[in-house]
Amino acid sequence: MLRVAHYLNQFFAGIGGEEKAEIGPQVRDGFLGPGRAIQNALAGRGEIVATVICGDNYFAENIEKASEEVIRLLAPFKPDLLIAGPAFAAGRYGIACGGVCRAVINQMRIPAVTGMHEENPGLDLYRNEVYIIPTEASARGMNVAIPKMVNLALRLATKEKIGRPSEEGYFPRGLLVNEISDQTGAERVVSMLLKKLRGQSFESEVPRPNYDHVTPAPRIDDIRRAKIALVTDGGLVPKGNPDEIEMRTATRFGKYGLKGVDSLRPEDYEVRHMGYDSVFVRQDPNRLVPVDVMRDLEREGAIGKLHEEFYSTTGVANIVETMRRMGEKIAEELKASGVSGVILTST
Amino acid sequence: MVGSNRIVRGNKIVNPLGNADLDPQNEKELRRAIVENALEALQADVKEQTLFDQPI
Repeated sequence: MLRVAHYLNQFFAGIGGEEKAEIGPQVRDGFLGPGRAIQNALAGRGEIVATVICGDNYFAENIEKASEEVIRLLAPFKPDLLIAGPAFAAGRYGIACGGVCRAVINQMRIPAVTGMHEENPGLDLYRNEVYIIPTEASARGMNVAIPKMVNLALRLATKEKIGRPSEEGYFPRGLLVNEISDQTGAERVVSMLLKKLRGQSFESEVPRPNYDHVTPAPRIDDIRRAKIALVTDGGLVPKGNPDEIEMRTATRFGKYGLKGVDSLRPEDYEVRHMGYDSVFVRQDPNRLVPVDVMRDLEREGAIGKLHEEFYSTTGVANIVETMRRMGEKIAEELKASGVSGVILTST
Repeated sequence: MVGSNRIVRGNKIVNPLGNADLDPQNEKELRRAIVENALEALQADVKEQTLFDQPI
């Protein structure tokens, strides 16, 4: 029989509400609270041997430390798998459930499953590493969620092959898995199109990436004193492409000096970009990176200063994660240089 | 553009800040108008994704 560990917060363990959210990790023998429903769903295939409880504030404020303490408490019970929550839409609880699952997967090398609502902030933090079952927003969804969580956990513990998220009912983990299909791509896409025309449901093989919401930066109060930088994803690089920026799916960016440059000269630059016809930009690079006009505005005092380097990469068939990292690095460097505004030109 | 909150319309994908059909003087004026629009956007208070769509 499989030895199962369960993780609960102070509320579901019956210890208390917000006034008890600071309590540190503690362990009990056997099941508690929602653990009873898990025990029933295990139906003789496993037994809850230990329940770890931690206050939501304690965990969310000390994720690393709390994870280690939970592992220490669990180790003597030698569990074969762990089930956490479900956390529903409770944010700190979701972060704790995901954190505990990740810790036992990585450190105890046992499978772990949790459940949460799609808007729980724990989802995006842990979905890549942890199997998370979708639940309703509140504990009303307990009876539906628990059998699904237990079923997936048992299959993981017995090392069964786990199918796609849509078949198995867990949140996609951001993995690409190669599969052999007996239909060609053309057959599959036409069949999807027919389903769409008939108003039937279909599953795209290329899910749309999740774009996060970016909070708008505050306005520039005094543009006449502001340092402005030029950044482009149009692939403009000095002749010879010194940073070896790729023509597609770029993983690198370059920064190129503008000291003493009044206007970009065509003989100094080339374009590394296979996503647009670059003939006009090669004729006059200012059509992409408007250094000539920025220098005029600088002379006239309409802006404080043009930043002495422009940044360039290639925006075609890019991976959102890679571009996010690149963007963060560029932003960090620009901020450190005292830049307060950026004009990003895109093709 | 994904995630951008201040968006200015350029001229064309192949020359966002230019127009090869214009003579150099007029083309530079066009470029200046787009850049000035971008500078206006940087000075605008923005709460959500906003298109600064000046005619060019």
